[in-house]
Amino acid sequence: MNLKTIAGIGVYIAILVATSIWVGQQAYGWLPPQASAESMLIDDLFSLFSAIGAFILLGITGLVLYTVFTQSVSRFDTSDGPHMEGNVKLEIFWTAVPLLLVFFLAAYSYQTYQQMAVRGPMDLVHLHHMPGTTPTAYAADLEPEPVEEVEVYAKQWAWSFRYPSAGVVSADLHLPVNKRVRLRMTADEVIHGFYVPAFRLKQDIMPKRTTEFEFTPVREGTYRLNDSQFSGTYFAIMTANVVVESPDSYRQWLASAAAQPAVPAENPAYSEYTNKRLKRFGGWKTIAPAPPPLVNALAEG
Amino acid sequence: MTNVPVEGIAIPDIAHPEPQNNWRKYFSFSTDHKVIGIQYLVTSFVFFLIGGLLSMVIRAELITPQADLIDRTLYNSMFTMHGTIMIFLWIFPSLVGLANYLVPLMIGARDMAFPRLNAAAFWMVPIFGILLMTSYFLPAGTAQAGWWSYPPVSTQNPTDSIITGEFVWILAVAISGVSSIMGAVNFVTTIVRMRAPGMTFFRMPAYVWTVFSAQIIQLAALPALTAGAIMLLFDAAAGTAFFNPDKGGNPVLFQHFFWFYSHPAVYVMVLPIFGVFSEIFPVYSRKPLFGYKVVAVSSLLITTVSVLVWVHHMYASNTPGWMRMLFMATTMLVAVPTGIKVFAWVATIWKGKLRLDTPMLFCLGALIMFVFAGITGVMLASVPIDIHVNNTYFVVGHFHYIVYGTITMGMFAAIYHWFPKMTGRMYYEGLGKLHFALAFIGVNLNFFPMHPLGLQGMLRRVSSYEPEYAFWNVVASIGAFLLGMSTIPFILNMVGAWVQGKPAPDNPWRAIGLEWLVSSPPPVENFEELPIVVSGPYGYGKSDPLVENAAALKEG
Repeated sequence: MNLKTIAGIGVYIAILVATSIWVGQQAYGWLPPQASAESMLIDDLFSLFSAIGAFILLGITGLVLYTVFTQSVSRFDTSDGPHMEGNVKLEIFWTAVPLLLVFFLAAYSYQTYQQMAVRGPMDLVHLHHMPGTTPTAYAADLEPEPVEEVEVYAKQWAWSFRYPSAGVVSADLHLPVNKRVRLRMTADEVIHGFYVPAFRLKQDIMPKRTTEFEFTPVREGTYRLNDSQFSGTYFAIMTANVVVESPDSYRQWLASAAAQPAVPAENPAYSEYTNKRLKRFGGWKTIAPAPPPLVNALAEG
Repeated sequence: MTNVPVEGIAIPDIAHPEPQNNWRKYFSFSTDHKVIGIQYLVTSFVFFLIGGLLSMVIRAELITPQADLIDRTLYNSMFTMHGTIMIFLWIFPSLVGLANYLVPLMIGARDMAFPRLNAAAFWMVPIFGILLMTSYFLPAGTAQAGWWSYPPVSTQNPTDSIITGEFVWILAVAISGVSSIMGAVNFVTTIVRMRAPGMTFFRMPAYVWTVFSAQIIQLAALPALTAGAIMLLFDAAAGTAFFNPDKGGNPVLFQHFFWFYSHPAVYVMVLPIFGVFSEIFPVYSRKPLFGYKVVAVSSLLITTVSVLVWVHHMYASNTPGWMRMLFMATTMLVAVPTGIKVFAWVATIWKGKLRLDTPMLFCLGALIMFVFAGITGVMLASVPIDIHVNNTYFVVGHFHYIVYGTITMGMFAAIYHWFPKMTGRMYYEGLGKLHFALAFIGVNLNFFPMHPLGLQGMLRRVSSYEPEYAFWNVVASIGAFLLGMSTIPFILNMVGAWVQGKPAPDNPWRAIGLEWLVSSPPPVENFEELPIVVSGPYGYGKSDPLVENAAALKEG
């Protein structure tokens, strides 16, 4: 290798590094607003993966394009390229580097996961007997205990949320900001998924089983909850609002909801099912939606 | 008693009935691996067109946020059947077809080890394909639970009839499994037992290595899916409770059965395409495959790791944290052997004499798109990122960069490359390049927008969506229609060239490999005399002979 080649490689790598760092910064903008403590951790991780990914993708694409533009020959050129069968040092290098990179990325992801401490289904069971678990992310800034507990019910095709302390059932999920929430989730007939893109969190809800789930909303606003596991005909419209608000307005809302009588919630799946005009092509027989849940607080907006 | 045939008595050749030498042979129960290969390829391409038309309807529905084109039940059946057809009736059969055609020729065998089993395995494909299509005429319509068919959604039945679309779907998948197992037994036996003299394992073309590795996965993992499908059939039709939570069953158990096969299945699909890349890059770069032995062995490494990754589809399911972490590590490990291959291909074209014919263009495009898919794949393996993007369009985008950007594009590369060998005619280069340009732009317009959509939170399998997702959906739909159109020059090219193309020489690409030593198309028994192999498969830039008896190989 002469000096010119080394300089060329150096410039190429410098451009790649600069571009990759830029892509890593851009990555934050591809995601929804950060509305939970966990979302910040996930976005940092995603930014890192995007930067490394950009380096690899652009690096390889650059090499391929360089070869295509400099090494193409006419169809009448019948000569062969150099007979290069391999290079042991090079092959060890490009096996070892991805191996180390993969270990690094797995370890980093593991650390992020520990900090998130979302406590999926089985973890919580074990954690009750296990003192000294990993501290939650941003735990210092937040009220440690008690957590806010909400029961989540999913059925074909409606969400409802029960607040056991206040005896309130709601069509929207209201949460106080900066306070850790514990959800106890159950489903009626089929698997549903709890997914709020702004929280970056997702957990399947199994029928006839309680799935516990924890996280911390950190930004006031109204977000959308989706069903993330295909649940049949009206899957696409099984949504609900998540309202994250200040502790004061949260308490006010609970109090005013407790004073309301329980009435059937509005249910887009049910109205679509009964509206014959919407049956265009297909129109096959479907599972009938379950009756709308009885709620004290109807959906807002 | 002796078994010596008595002179003067004609012994009918039962094992190898001579196929008719015209188009009718492709509609007969032929046992010639080359005829069966083309039968597979053409049949699967017909289903590719059907599956593609379904995806056009899906993309037409998604061009606006509302569910305003088709009924939700029909939409659900469309994405279910699109996925099922593309996997079980396009990718699997087309790859098996290609391998059927090439493997015996490449290893110097006269046919597959079990020719009749081979033909029987093929004929199951149109049978279950037609079976699947007839479910559109059932009262409750065809299956609507997605190609995963997760219970309890898949076992819900709004009609009184036992014969539902789901019932037919499970039956079709089970038959497909039987057909694939028959094929796998045949391939593994053929590769282990029927190699020509001198064809050691490390003289086999890399493509044969990948087929070997892929078919071992079929043997090891496919029984899990078949078992799961049959248990699901019992649940749906006979009221058993393997997966029914109402009666104490566990739906997560099905997810384990399903993904224990269906993740490795992705490697069954992509490994042979890695093999195609390893064959095509050397020919069109005039250089040996860089690091051939490591590339060959890395296929077996993928086979080994592939059965240890299935839970990464179930991070958001009822999966405990320790299991999430374990499967994150094993999943990411797949990046190492695939990385070895990518670097080897880049090193193969490096300093080569590149000829940008259609097969090479398809391979280069597919290579870049595969690298992109690999990067999003490692992101998906990371548990925290996956918790956000799984079941969103990010996964759909990643998956389609593999199945279209890599596998289908690689398949087209293979068809163009071996078309002169298969038909004895040259394809039209201009139409081929047009096909590549339309397909490459179409794939990226269609599937790239799915990544931002998924990051924003748009879920897969929805028939309507929030208005903020509209822009990227319109782009994706335009890309989909372009991609649909890209098959038109391909069909024109294949049909036109087969009927009246320029006659092809035996070895139009000056490629090295046993299949190029015989005439185009090859004679029925492949080799007049079995080849005696004396060197490795990639002697570009060297003048060593590949076989000792080149002149004696051809018939007539």
